[in-house]
Amino acid sequence: MSGPSTYEPKYAAAKWMDQRLPIIRMGADFMTFPSPRNLNYWYTFGGILALCLVVQIISGVILAMHYVADVDKAFASVQRIRRDVPFGWLLQSMHAVGASMFFLAVYMHMFRGLYYGSYKAPREVIWILGCAIYLVMMATAFLGYTLPWGQMSFWGATVITGFFSAVPIVGESLQQWLLGGYAVDNATLQRFFALHYLLPFVIAALVGLHVWALHHVGQNNPIGISEKTKEDTLAFHPFYTVKDAFAIAVFLVIFAIFLFYLPDALGHADNYIEADAMKTPPHIVPEWYFLPFYAILRAVPDKLAGILLMIGAIAVLFVLPWLDTHKVRSMRFRPVARWFFLIFIVMCFILGWCGAGTPDNVAIKLGSKMVDGVKVDSGITFYRLSQISTIYYFAYFLIILPVLGLIEKPIKRPDSITKAVLGDGKRGAALAPAE
Amino acid sequence: MSESSTMPADTDVEDSSKRDFIFLATGATAAAGVAAVGWPLVAQMGKAADTLAAGSIEIDLTKIAQGQQLKMLWRGKPVFVRHRTAAEIEKAAAADPADLKDPQTDEERLTPDTSGNLRPEFLVMVGVCTHFGCVPVGEAGEFDGWYCPCHASHYDTSGRIRKGPAPKNMAIPPYSFVTDSVIKVG
Repeated sequence: MSGPSTYEPKYAAAKWMDQRLPIIRMGADFMTFPSPRNLNYWYTFGGILALCLVVQIISGVILAMHYVADVDKAFASVQRIRRDVPFGWLLQSMHAVGASMFFLAVYMHMFRGLYYGSYKAPREVIWILGCAIYLVMMATAFLGYTLPWGQMSFWGATVITGFFSAVPIVGESLQQWLLGGYAVDNATLQRFFALHYLLPFVIAALVGLHVWALHHVGQNNPIGISEKTKEDTLAFHPFYTVKDAFAIAVFLVIFAIFLFYLPDALGHADNYIEADAMKTPPHIVPEWYFLPFYAILRAVPDKLAGILLMIGAIAVLFVLPWLDTHKVRSMRFRPVARWFFLIFIVMCFILGWCGAGTPDNVAIKLGSKMVDGVKVDSGITFYRLSQISTIYYFAYFLIILPVLGLIEKPIKRPDSITKAVLGDGKRGAALAPAE
Repeated sequence: MSESSTMPADTDVEDSSKRDFIFLATGATAAAGVAAVGWPLVAQMGKAADTLAAGSIEIDLTKIAQGQQLKMLWRGKPVFVRHRTAAEIEKAAAADPADLKDPQTDEERLTPDTSGNLRPEFLVMVGVCTHFGCVPVGEAGEFDGWYCPCHASHYDTSGRIRKGPAPKNMAIPPYSFVTDSVIKVG
């Protein structure tokens, strides 16, 4: 899709540079990249995510200048950032809220890809790189959440590193090797800080590959039909730079609402209590963006099985291109799959809800019963509900999509992107195609 | 090598075993080098000498009244020393090990004192849930022992897992009686 470069250096200096390092050409080709003319707002999350990464790296590097990775000082140093460092309150909040915004955008981006079949040939590698980015993002977010050294930081780190102790035979040694001690302690905090600083740059490198692969095969689009003629495309600039910019502005307004009005809404109050190895908070919950996986972890009463299921929930994403074998990319033209997809999204939200709830509590009240002379609610518990939704989560990838790939009849698709946008040329004026 | 048409003809007459030697020697050195550099990189992640050294604590049992529990930090983890009541000891002894997820009798979880007698009134264990490492709450749960608030594991009055996701009984740390009333953990 990238085609031959159309860049012509205008100035002598630009020409000189172009012959030595064609970096201006690279930028120019990026801006004139022919994109499908029918991209909707769901396609703006790529740009939004690039911005999120930049915001996190800039605010994070600044925070690292004031933060102290030492168990006796970490908690106080974060409080100092918030109270004493000029604009520290802004930068610390921006980084913490920014993490949530980053995940919000990445989930939208992933759901977009799932619905429009962006993982299908020839975009499997783009999808896998995206899954890898998501995985490293999760690691980075977890490591970063440990740094303020509050109760949730400490006990979250204890629980998550405890996953490794489930590995047969070497589990405990492996866990202590990762922690650098018998329990989460100073050695753990210091290495988590070092890795938290490193991983965003790994993400940046993976993003580079993700975008490179994208520009090699071209973008997918809402109807999932490949570009056939020049009329099917528009230059990235100004058509999509403007669209992306508008979406970014809307996104930043939402970001700002959280940042300035609800900075703690997405966090947990217990993290304002300094870490205490002797006392576990009554209710440990991860950050909201991990809740669905936390629910999957708790959906089985066995430690190792719970962890394997949780790992499987992410691993299954990597092989999705080979599970969904249907020829038609976009679910717009898959009358059956789109309903299962809608249920899938609902199930993801239910999993998140279960992750936040206490397993034995009643989630959906169906009546009440008498226990020891006390009237209590009865119905579906969070535990049961998380099992139902976990089964659906896996069934969607492992049964529903593979089976639909064999039997689902798609509805009629338009002949081309241009026809889908303009009908048979009867409405709207044709925009200038990309050069 | 000799079949390659791009090679100058005169290399054919040279001893090809010399090239094999260079290839193997370089490869072997590289492999040894990677291992030599790799091992320190892996090993540095483990427990440092000072972490290993900060190993033991002494606990005076006379300070714990019956029905009380002492919580001390040992190797970054809480150690529970519970002075059990007669009812608790009875309950712990009554459980049939065959019914347990991690079969162990109450006696197996005790260490003899200086005169070789078991002291069932003192239960010493690492107060860490074997599920994901939270600290269980005492005198709670369906078996009146400990209850882990994180993922609802129930332990009995011997600290054995009875219900919930935890796979094992709470661990017994290595400990010994220094005198009849003082124990050394670690």
